Amino acid sequence: MTVFALVFVAPILYSLYLSVYRDQLVGGTSFVGLENYRGALTDPVFWDSVSRVTLFLAVQVPIMLFLALLLALVLDSGRLYGRDFFRISIFMPYAVPAVVATLMWGFMYGTRFGLVGNVNDLLGVTLPDPLAPGVILAAIGNIVTWQFVGYNMLILYSALRTVPHDLYEAAEVDGAGQLRVIAAIKLPALRGAMVIAAIFSVIGSFQLFNEPSILQSLAPNAITSGYTPNLYTYSLAFSGQQQNYAAAVAIIMGLLTMVIAYAVQLFGMRKAA
Amino acid sequence: MNSRAPRVAAAAGALCLALTACGSGDGTDPDIGAEDVEAALEEGGEITVWAWEPTLEQVAEDFEQAHPGVTVDVENVGTGDDQYTALQNALSAGSGLPDVAHIEYFALGQFTIAGNLVDLAPLGAAELEGDYTPGPWEAVQGEESAIHGLPMDSGPIALFYNQDVFDELDVEVPTTWEEYVEAAREIQEADPDVYVAADNGDAGATTTGIWQAGGQPYQVEGEEVTVDFTDEGTARYVDTWQRLIDDELLLPVTSWSDEWYQALGDGSVATLVTGAWMGLNLESGVPEGAGSWRVAPPPAWEEGETSSAESGGSALAVPVGAENQALAYAFIEYANSGDGVQARIDQGAFPATVADLESQEFLDNESEYFGGQTVNRVYADSAASVLQGWTYLPYQAHTNSLFNDTVGQAYVSDTTLAEGLADWQDASVRYGEEQGFTVTTGD
Repeated sequence: MTVFALVFVAPILYSLYLSVYRDQLVGGTSFVGLENYRGALTDPVFWDSVSRVTLFLAVQVPIMLFLALLLALVLDSGRLYGRDFFRISIFMPYAVPAVVATLMWGFMYGTRFGLVGNVNDLLGVTLPDPLAPGVILAAIGNIVTWQFVGYNMLILYSALRTVPHDLYEAAEVDGAGQLRVIAAIKLPALRGAMVIAAIFSVIGSFQLFNEPSILQSLAPNAITSGYTPNLYTYSLAFSGQQQNYAAAVAIIMGLLTMVIAYAVQLFGMRKAA
Repeated sequence: MNSRAPRVAAAAGALCLALTACGSGDGTDPDIGAEDVEAALEEGGEITVWAWEPTLEQVAEDFEQAHPGVTVDVENVGTGDDQYTALQNALSAGSGLPDVAHIEYFALGQFTIAGNLVDLAPLGAAELEGDYTPGPWEAVQGEESAIHGLPMDSGPIALFYNQDVFDELDVEVPTTWEEYVEAAREIQEADPDVYVAADNGDAGATTTGIWQAGGQPYQVEGEEVTVDFTDEGTARYVDTWQRLIDDELLLPVTSWSDEWYQALGDGSVATLVTGAWMGLNLESGVPEGAGSWRVAPPPAWEEGETSSAESGGSALAVPVGAENQALAYAFIEYANSGDGVQARIDQGAFPATVADLESQEFLDNESEYFGGQTVNRVYADSAASVLQGWTYLPYQAHTNSLFNDTVGQAYVSDTTLAEGLADWQDASVRYGEEQGFTVTTGD
């Protein structure tokens, strides 16, 4: 219990405490009540970053989960030659630290010396610059999908492995085809795991930080200091010395994430019922 | 998590200012003076120096040799911002402070506004006026003739150019900015893979450019700050740079990236206007460019006119609360005004002291990397024509971090440079006001 209070409750309380003060280079620290929250709620930079990760969530998460589902079903079908090898190689990117993965992709994305540049030179084409302001969100989505599709696949795959074998045998006796088995047995069995995977992905999207933070050094004009909510709090706290305001932004973002994750859970479970 | 600490430090300092009870000399032993510096050297002792300047190691050894009984620990606690954060933490904790800290000119403001640096004038620094070139000397001066540090190096700007590229493409090396834009076009016409310069939006480069053009966007009077990017000098810079951007004459590569070094080495970038310290950087970072690169005065804004600016450069300062302030000053004076200067020059540093900048040996030194050119001559001339009156904001480090959000957009979208600068101005005004400064703009 003490451990719980220390590592879980204390940081939150401390953030709450920080968020009701303001500290200035000139004038020092003063109690400002909810001023920081009012500021954050009307801060265009903050809301831009929130809508950016929401867009990211709306596009990237469905694509990634669909791919993960597809892969899990393929693996589970038992018809794939070298199943273990595929399972490991799809899961492998998850074991690569995000920082390393992003650096690696960053090199590939380069239009001058990177892979994209090489392809352009080789084929005489001009691919869109992945690091251009309009494209970079998709480029980040690509990195994140690559990293987490295997992880999500594993969640879904292990859920599939728990389906009792008699169900399949019964289906076979009833003369159900593979598609029918998927629709009637496998997908319903996956619902719980799918909701969990979706919640993790929602939280992951809202906390997007590593990828944009590293790509920022390659594309400083495309990834602004408030590109994602997390990057914004980081810039505020460490470059701007505005820890108080950063705490307020972080708390609002935490609440927002909770609400959306809860909504996803509610939605998923209601359908299951 | 100690990230809260800098806040507190700044707060304490700011409180100090508000109460006016403690000026810049707060925390300094009030009776300490030049004679105490002598005494401290006699007595000996130990001081800690926080610096990332590599040439200081040798200086520390020499200093120990010259003054038996004195021990100098040079510690590298991080470069730039990392060290400033550590310093802020130590200042707020009131312990673990170094006796000497290495601080870049543009960052001095954030420490002096909070009264964190000892006034070195009574320790002997006041007598050194005139020993330094004007730019750096102005940078270390505070309110009421306080001196917050001694200049360690300086970065008078110069035009670094790749002679081989110009020869190969048969283009004249520009001497004015008008010719520079012309050369940029000719280079692109002759070879679309070669650019006059690499620029993807860099706060330091832009402020230096505006400085050289005669702009003075920042004015600081204590807590009153002016930010105005609409003056004539700024307009001059903006006009020229907008043309380079519009015609896509700049290679969109970020400074200090791997791509950037590659571009400097493989001849796809023809010039670079930046501080004199770049010479050493080229030697170490672009070894394949040996013999190709040359140095010239920065392009002039008007034919025959010479104007220059500083890019970078740093000072050594004594933080308030340091244990051995007299000895700390003795070391700073040795390193930045005494025999230490020559030791640092020998290792390739570019000094801020007039005497060294004018010494024949220094000026006649031929650089092998730059094809035997006497590059120090060019740098020294530039140092002498640095425009006066430039100042940075007391919160320049954070302001610079907002540069790419605003001005950077001019490099990647339809936003013009003037609009980008206006946005940057707004952002700096907003932050300044949030921090309690009284901020005015030109209009």
